[in-house]
Amino acid sequence: MNKTGLNSMNKFNKSTINNIITIALIIVVYVICQILISTGVMSNLLQGLLVPICYYSILAVSLNLTVGILGELSLGHAGFMCIGAFTGAFFSKCTATILPNVFLRFTLAIIIGALSAALLGALIGVAVLRLRGDYLAIVTLAFGEIIKNVINVLYIGLDSKGFHFSMKDTVSLNLLDDGQVILKGAQGISGTPQNTSFTIAVLLLIITYLLISNLIHSRSGRAIMAIRDNRIAAESVGIDITKFKLLAFSISAAMAGVAGVLYSHNISSLTATPKNFGYNQSIMILVFVVLGGMGNIRGSIIAAAVLTLLPEYLRFMQDYRMLIYAIVLIVMMIFNWNPTCVTWRKNHPIKGIFSLLSNKTKKEA
Amino acid sequence: MAMLSVNNLGISFGGLRAVDSFNITIEKGELYGLIGPNGAGKTTAFNLLTGVYKPDTGRVLLDDVNITGLSTIEINKAGVARTFQNIRLFRNMSVLDNVKIGLHNNYKYSTTSGILRLPTFFKTERQMNESAFDILKVFGLDKEANFLSANLPYGKQRKLEIARALATNPKLLLLDEPAAGMNPAETDELMETITLIRNKYNVTILLIEHDMKLVAGICEKIFVLNFGQQLANGLPSDVLNNPEVIKAYLGE
Ligand SMILES: Nc1ncnc2c1ncn2[C@@H]1O[C@H](COP(=O)(O)OP(=O)(O)OP(=O)(O)O)[C@@H](O)[C@H]1O
Ligand SMILES: [Mg+2]
Repeated sequence: MNKTGLNSMNKFNKSTINNIITIALIIVVYVICQILISTGVMSNLLQGLLVPICYYSILAVSLNLTVGILGELSLGHAGFMCIGAFTGAFFSKCTATILPNVFLRFTLAIIIGALSAALLGALIGVAVLRLRGDYLAIVTLAFGEIIKNVINVLYIGLDSKGFHFSMKDTVSLNLLDDGQVILKGAQGISGTPQNTSFTIAVLLLIITYLLISNLIHSRSGRAIMAIRDNRIAAESVGIDITKFKLLAFSISAAMAGVAGVLYSHNISSLTATPKNFGYNQSIMILVFVVLGGMGNIRGSIIAAAVLTLLPEYLRFMQDYRMLIYAIVLIVMMIFNWNPTCVTWRKNHPIKGIFSLLSNKTKKEA
Repeated sequence: MAMLSVNNLGISFGGLRAVDSFNITIEKGELYGLIGPNGAGKTTAFNLLTGVYKPDTGRVLLDDVNITGLSTIEINKAGVARTFQNIRLFRNMSVLDNVKIGLHNNYKYSTTSGILRLPTFFKTERQMNESAFDILKVFGLDKEANFLSANLPYGKQRKLEIARALATNPKLLLLDEPAAGMNPAETDELMETITLIRNKYNVTILLIEHDMKLVAGICEKIFVLNFGQQLANGLPSDVLNNPEVIKAYLGE
């Protein structure tokens, strides 16, 4: 093979090498955590954050597909997480007695959470993907709020005759004596089996990373990025804009749904509040993406991890906590994007570490 | 049978008749020039042919298939590819990837086999790389294959746009001012390349150009547009010596 041909093969391997580095990093961190846990060194606080770090990373990685790769601003990501959380928990609670096999039940819950979020993502996509920029942001934001509010007034019960729905209260479900209320309006779903473990969460993070990274470096991923870079040119070479926008949007939603399932199976009582599924949450996920770097999948994971740990470790500063948090955000932003810092990073002896952190998928080509 | 046959094509923007009763017949393999003063409606004619604008009147037949009113995507799939007067590359992607996007509909594998990295993924990607490199070599861009397309010098960006359009394997290639911004040496090279791709890829070419040396040098027929209407149409020797044409270009 000639020289240029070889170059192209190198480039090709580069995405594989990147995958291996990222997954190796995740596994190393995972092993260290497991050692710290088993030797009793790790604090309870940190142990409690391990699973959240994983689902926040999944959320950030999946939102990066919409924002960084497709180039559309979505502010409803928490809404998709919400759908995944509730459908997954709903399924697990309904089948807790019929399906005693935890592995099977949880796997199904994850698939159901992903599919419902993807379906909703596709539905909303059809409606809103004609909109661009600010408009899309506003509509997705509204959608996230609507989901949360609908769930808050929804009552679903199950008895030997099947499902009963109501928008009023538990009494109007008219359940038989053998029935149980599964979704209790604003009180949500309680008693979901807590099947999420750190290991499963890490596994799903790796799967999400591979899925999105492989997608980006494939024919469909190129088409998605072409739409981002120049829609008119993409049309002129026969790229089906609607199809690939929908594809990106629904995969992104599906993975947010998976994060939701992890979330709902990690807590004892699931409710839809502004705190966990509101627009603040969507914006926080967006902050992870922006700080980690648009289109930089590994960066999303690192940003999500750092910014999930940070507020907890700043608690001792009490009132100054959010102030420091904001300063750290600004510093990270400057460090990531300021041209002087970028050059400095490139020339500095420890660039190996930093270039690991700042390796942008978008620019890697 | 003509490759492209355009009948009475026209469009208005408000009160402005940007293109009016545009009639042109292009035979297979022909290299046709479309010239005219600034604002004559040349780019608008391209936009009508490629479905960017829907014509008010007239119809377009490509190989006897009516493509009037189809979407840009469908028209490209039917065999028309184009470049843009204001360059429209995928700027954050590599030179190679720009061409591979052009190959999108010629080499297919499913999204699933891409995500799962099934054997068809590797096989098809290899074929795409080879095919893209073949095209890049024609344009002398193979050394820059892994560069970010935005970092290419201007002249090479124009070439890359042609390469990308060619990658869609078109019957008809529309080039909007391919030599704009090029120096004389680059233009000479481009003239050779255009003739070469016409012969090598068996493609019919319609090009807009202000550089008369290029037009006179390689076009076999020339169509002159002025204020949206035909001013002259025919062999270069006739058209370029036509007093009306000279007047339109030099002003009165
Ligand atoms: N979308 C549009 N809306 C309104 N007017 C338009 C539009 N597109 C083009 N025009 C007008 O149509 C006329 C023809 O424009 P066009 O771009 O086709 O000219 P051109 O022949 O390509 O000129 P140039 O050589 O400068 O590229 C111009 O007067 C232009 O202002
Ligand atoms: Mg023009």
